[in-house]
Amino acid sequence: MDARRLVGIHAERVTDVSSRDFPGHYPDEDHSWNLKKFRKNLTVQVRRVSQRSIDFDLVGVDASIANAFRRIIIAEVPTICIEHVYVYNNTSVIVDEILAQRIGLIPLNIDPKKMEMKEADDESTDRNTMVFELALECTRKKDAPKDTTDPALLYENHELLSGHLVWTPAGEQNEVFRDKPPAPTNPNIVIAKLRPGQGIQMTLHAVKGFGKDHAKFNPAATASYRLLPHITIKKPIPVHLAEKFQKCFSPGVIRVDPRTKAVSVDEENKRRDTVSREVLRHPEFDGYVELSRVRDFFLFNIESESAYLPQELLPEAISVFRGKLSSIRRAAQALLEAPADEDVVMGDS
Amino acid sequence: MAELPPKVTIMKGATPDLSAATYQIHDETHTIGNALRWMLMKNPKVEFCGYSAPHPSENVINVRIQMYDNLSSLSALITALSDLDDLAVTIEEKYVASLNSGNYERWDERS
Repeated sequence: MDARRLVGIHAERVTDVSSRDFPGHYPDEDHSWNLKKFRKNLTVQVRRVSQRSIDFDLVGVDASIANAFRRIIIAEVPTICIEHVYVYNNTSVIVDEILAQRIGLIPLNIDPKKMEMKEADDESTDRNTMVFELALECTRKKDAPKDTTDPALLYENHELLSGHLVWTPAGEQNEVFRDKPPAPTNPNIVIAKLRPGQGIQMTLHAVKGFGKDHAKFNPAATASYRLLPHITIKKPIPVHLAEKFQKCFSPGVIRVDPRTKAVSVDEENKRRDTVSREVLRHPEFDGYVELSRVRDFFLFNIESESAYLPQELLPEAISVFRGKLSSIRRAAQALLEAPADEDVVMGDS
Repeated sequence: MAELPPKVTIMKGATPDLSAATYQIHDETHTIGNALRWMLMKNPKVEFCGYSAPHPSENVINVRIQMYDNLSSLSALITALSDLDDLAVTIEEKYVASLNSGNYERWDERS
């Protein structure tokens, strides 16, 4: 491992945190932007995919790029959420405002690409608004056993669930959303608890929005990265300390040969280490090991909690990123073609 | 609707040849600011580049660029933007290739 790629991790401090791969930093070395070189150095490797989350490695980019994608996934990839709640009746113990806020947080399975943004003064149309009805009345069960206190046995509709949302198609929505009728991604979310005589009736309007406006629009449950841990064993670990050394790291990170007790780092599994620095607390290992992280090796983990599949979120973020770049470039190009107008005040004036 | 402010403006105090200028970019944050600063610093003709988000209640970032040899910072900015675009395309290509290779673990996660 190239020592320049490592961020040193010591008992009480970290060293070499900032990247230095800029022109002029190292004499006689070319660090200017070079797409060919970048492409050669770049590795993107998907590691693990489930229906809810993805793990992938992004190797060979600067933290500013990795962080841009992470930030965009959280704040600027659009989703559809309930934004307006019209309450006709609510006799539950939860007040209207709290209920409305809870309903807003329910993730919906609606593909954001099939809807348009509704700007502040736009009319609601079938292209920008999705309507749901929510009506439930709790009643006593006639044949309930006498000796029970279980509300599920005593009452009908004792819980208002996300599954009770009923989509009301408007205009062309029946056509557009035929394959996947709009509904919550999870039908078992408890919105409110009810008792006999209590009921709820409301109309809900879902719109497209961004995580930067309200966290309910965040398409991911978490989107995070960490740097690959790196462990250098400087000299052989004494045989009688091998097991103790192994226990200083997460399970699977350090291998001890069962016969010779020789200690080595498991290169495939070193990513499992939490870099707890436990090994640095023991004086007997002083000078035997160096801990670090690889500055340009990002281990991403993204959990989707929206209509997007987890593997779709990075490409969505990249397209949002490219959209931003092109709008700034268009504006900059306009400045280049028509400079010095009245809002440009030049220097020594 | 109210008139939108221009996406990019050149702030007061720029040199006439734009070899040193501060650009105010509207509706952007650290997301673009830091990535753009990094790409500008990769340009050997850039003497200095830094950015700031002046105040949390103002939805803008300021990007300061100073060039060597009296070159135009505006051209450097445009180059950096298109280089960042190339970078994004490259990352997407490799990501899609890795995803299509199917060479990864698939597992079942209960929610």
